[in-house]
Amino acid sequence: MTDQAYNFAYLDEQTKGMIRRAILKGLAVPGYQVPFASREMPMPYGWGTGGVQVTAACLTPEDTLKVIDQGADDTTNAVSIRKFFQRTAGVAVTEATTEASIIQTRHRIPETTLSAGQILVYQVPIPEPLRFLEPRETETRKMHELEEYGLMQVKLYEDIARHGQIATAYAYPVRVEGRYVMDPSPIPKFDNPKLSGSAAIQLFGAGREQRIYALPPYSDVVSLDFDDHPFTASKAAHDCALCGASDSYLDEVITDDAGGRMFVCSDTDFCGGRRAGGHLGALGVAGAL
Amino acid sequence: MNPAALEGGFTNAAVQSAQAFRAALEAMARPGTLQPITGAAPPAPMSPAAGALLLTLCDSTTPVHLAGAHDCAALRDWVTFHCGAPLVGARDASFALGTWEAPQPVDRFAIGLPDYPDRAATLIVETTALGQTGARLRGPGIQTTAALSLPESAAFQANHALFPLGFDCFFACEGQIAALPRSTIVEAA
Amino acid sequence: MYVAVKGGERAIENAHAWLAEERRGDPGIAEMSIAQIRAQLALAVNRVMAEGSLYDPDLAALAIKQARGDLIEAVFLIRAYRTTLPRLGSSCPIETAQMAVIRRISATYKDLPGGQVLGPTFDYTHRLLDFKLAAEGEMPPPPAPTAPASCEDVPHVTAMLNRDGMIQTELRGTATPPDLTRTPMELPANRALRLQAITRGDEGFILSMAYSTQRGYGRTHAFVGELRIGTVAVAMEIAELGFAVDIGAIEVTECETVNQFTGSKTEPPQFTRGYGLVFGQTERKAIAMSLVDRALRWRELGEDFVGAPAQDEEFVLMHADNVQATGFLEHIKLPHYVDFQAELELVRRLRAEALATQEAAE
Repeated sequence: MTDQAYNFAYLDEQTKGMIRRAILKGLAVPGYQVPFASREMPMPYGWGTGGVQVTAACLTPEDTLKVIDQGADDTTNAVSIRKFFQRTAGVAVTEATTEASIIQTRHRIPETTLSAGQILVYQVPIPEPLRFLEPRETETRKMHELEEYGLMQVKLYEDIARHGQIATAYAYPVRVEGRYVMDPSPIPKFDNPKLSGSAAIQLFGAGREQRIYALPPYSDVVSLDFDDHPFTASKAAHDCALCGASDSYLDEVITDDAGGRMFVCSDTDFCGGRRAGGHLGALGVAGAL
Repeated sequence: MNPAALEGGFTNAAVQSAQAFRAALEAMARPGTLQPITGAAPPAPMSPAAGALLLTLCDSTTPVHLAGAHDCAALRDWVTFHCGAPLVGARDASFALGTWEAPQPVDRFAIGLPDYPDRAATLIVETTALGQTGARLRGPGIQTTAALSLPESAAFQANHALFPLGFDCFFACEGQIAALPRSTIVEAA
Repeated sequence: MYVAVKGGERAIENAHAWLAEERRGDPGIAEMSIAQIRAQLALAVNRVMAEGSLYDPDLAALAIKQARGDLIEAVFLIRAYRTTLPRLGSSCPIETAQMAVIRRISATYKDLPGGQVLGPTFDYTHRLLDFKLAAEGEMPPPPAPTAPASCEDVPHVTAMLNRDGMIQTELRGTATPPDLTRTPMELPANRALRLQAITRGDEGFILSMAYSTQRGYGRTHAFVGELRIGTVAVAMEIAELGFAVDIGAIEVTECETVNQFTGSKTEPPQFTRGYGLVFGQTERKAIAMSLVDRALRWRELGEDFVGAPAQDEEFVLMHADNVQATGFLEHIKLPHYVDFQAELELVRRLRAEALATQEAAE
């Protein structure tokens, strides 16, 4: 049931047009952050206003939308954003990754390989990968222009000097098509390899920072590293306690106050699908979702 | 203003522009693919596909350049009425519309600034035939290679050489579009 | 057996219901009306209008009621509503020299044409809690003999100074100022954009920035040349008519500071200006705005950048907006367990390796 008080997908047509133009330029220059006149949305900055605006600009009535936060469909903010689009765009929603035509995400890339025809929309807090090294936008813009990414290499190298390895566990910077260094949003570095060569269109929206950027399908995305310290996509060294998966990103759940803990898939749809398919972990229950 | 200028717009702008944008998005994301796009019925010589792109992407903030035969009273009125876009010369255009021959030389169009490469023009090129044959395309959005019936190769190679600067193109033919962003590497067939 | 937490939707609905109940509070106490808030909490209404960038006292009062008195939340409600409104056009610049002033003071002259008008100010109240206000059945005080709002034009102090060339001339621009809410912020910003960002910026932030300049972080030796509060007409050019018509009136506070002089071998010394203009009766904000404006003008006035925060355009403009700031600050309470898990895993690994190295060394 669409709320008639608002335009389809909430935003007015001129705003959607402005966002759509930014998305197209983002696709034409992969990894480059396109400034856009982000609007104040009816949810706070930091709750996914950039992702919501990108999704609103892309949605058609024929779409099936999936919204995840931390990999899960049932986290409160995912529920809230899904409901927003049900109300303002009347679109079908799903929790199944394979059934979704648009997936809005915060902090994860689904485990299930995405396919052509799907769009993955990331919510981005700080789109500038160089921001924590150089707080000034006027400076970082120049660095991108001149491909001056030495500062980032120095930072990663300092990590190695201090810790013996690159001590960045999420929002791990990548280089797109050999040109722009890009922030992949705060996904765990475990997800970084999924950025590259994906059949899906990947769009990134940062509302408060007023930036949109994009990865066309099959883009070449390389996690920054050194020859003698190659990038590794790490995760907790456990299997999912519910579905037994050994290759999915895991949440650590504390089960008591005596050090008890278990590890379960962060991607709830992936985990449920495996259990429905008969895969069982140490603590799993057949068929339970 | 010719009363015909009032016709041929979207009848349900919110939904039709969303559907048209998805066609444009898929086209730009996957250079060399052909995408159906509908909803517009502009006066000749503009194709329905080009009309849908303009209705979706242009408004009072996007200067439009009409080139050659497209710079006619019927289309000027139509673009003004439906998009509200100011009509300008090639250098000031965010969007340009015409056949490939009309807007030459294309180096008049904005290619963006080194610090703002997004501030580049989008060319909507009308063609009489659009097919997945001809020039070989490689680059972002293309798994291995693609092919597209481009009007020429040299201009697009020169444009790609400017990357990350450069203009971006849509090709429109009847009810279909294809796109060629500046990121695409073009090899003559 | 472990069952993943479900029911986010029900939890959200319950939270909203509880919030509504808390907002209303004890139903045995009469509900506040919008009119009461508008009339009796007018300065809160003014702040919400100023930082919400929407001149509508009734909507601001509604937002304050809905936000349970949280003014930043109220500003946010107004902003989210404002962004959906169609833009019908731009008004002509308001003429503050034609303001019907209720308050007008100058710190730079003892007396001056147009006079010093104290108006409704806290300035000389003794800050003693007035327990009479707490008493039931409070009656309004007898009307004070108020001077009617001045109907004659009140000339600006800076205009008088300028007659002798004592203060730099502010050129009247004809360009339409950029709209911060419709175009992404681009740095460096021009003064019109800076002023726009400051006038809707958080009062506390602008206040502290201004205060820091007074304490020496980018000092500009400001005198309040003039502070005026009153009502000005808003006119709009109607294309069909070919002339401007008044479409309403708004209350604004304007502050012009007279600041340290500049001069060189070729140009005789001259005072400089800072400017503040804010919706409603909001004089703390207007004065603070004029100090921050002046501090940010160091480049055009040929001064040194001494590294003061208030001189730093990017720092001020990118952190002045409380809706942005509160959103990003508060978002860290949202789930971040995926990233935290990634850090946990990394730190565990680093510790294991460090401990192994230590053991090997011992």
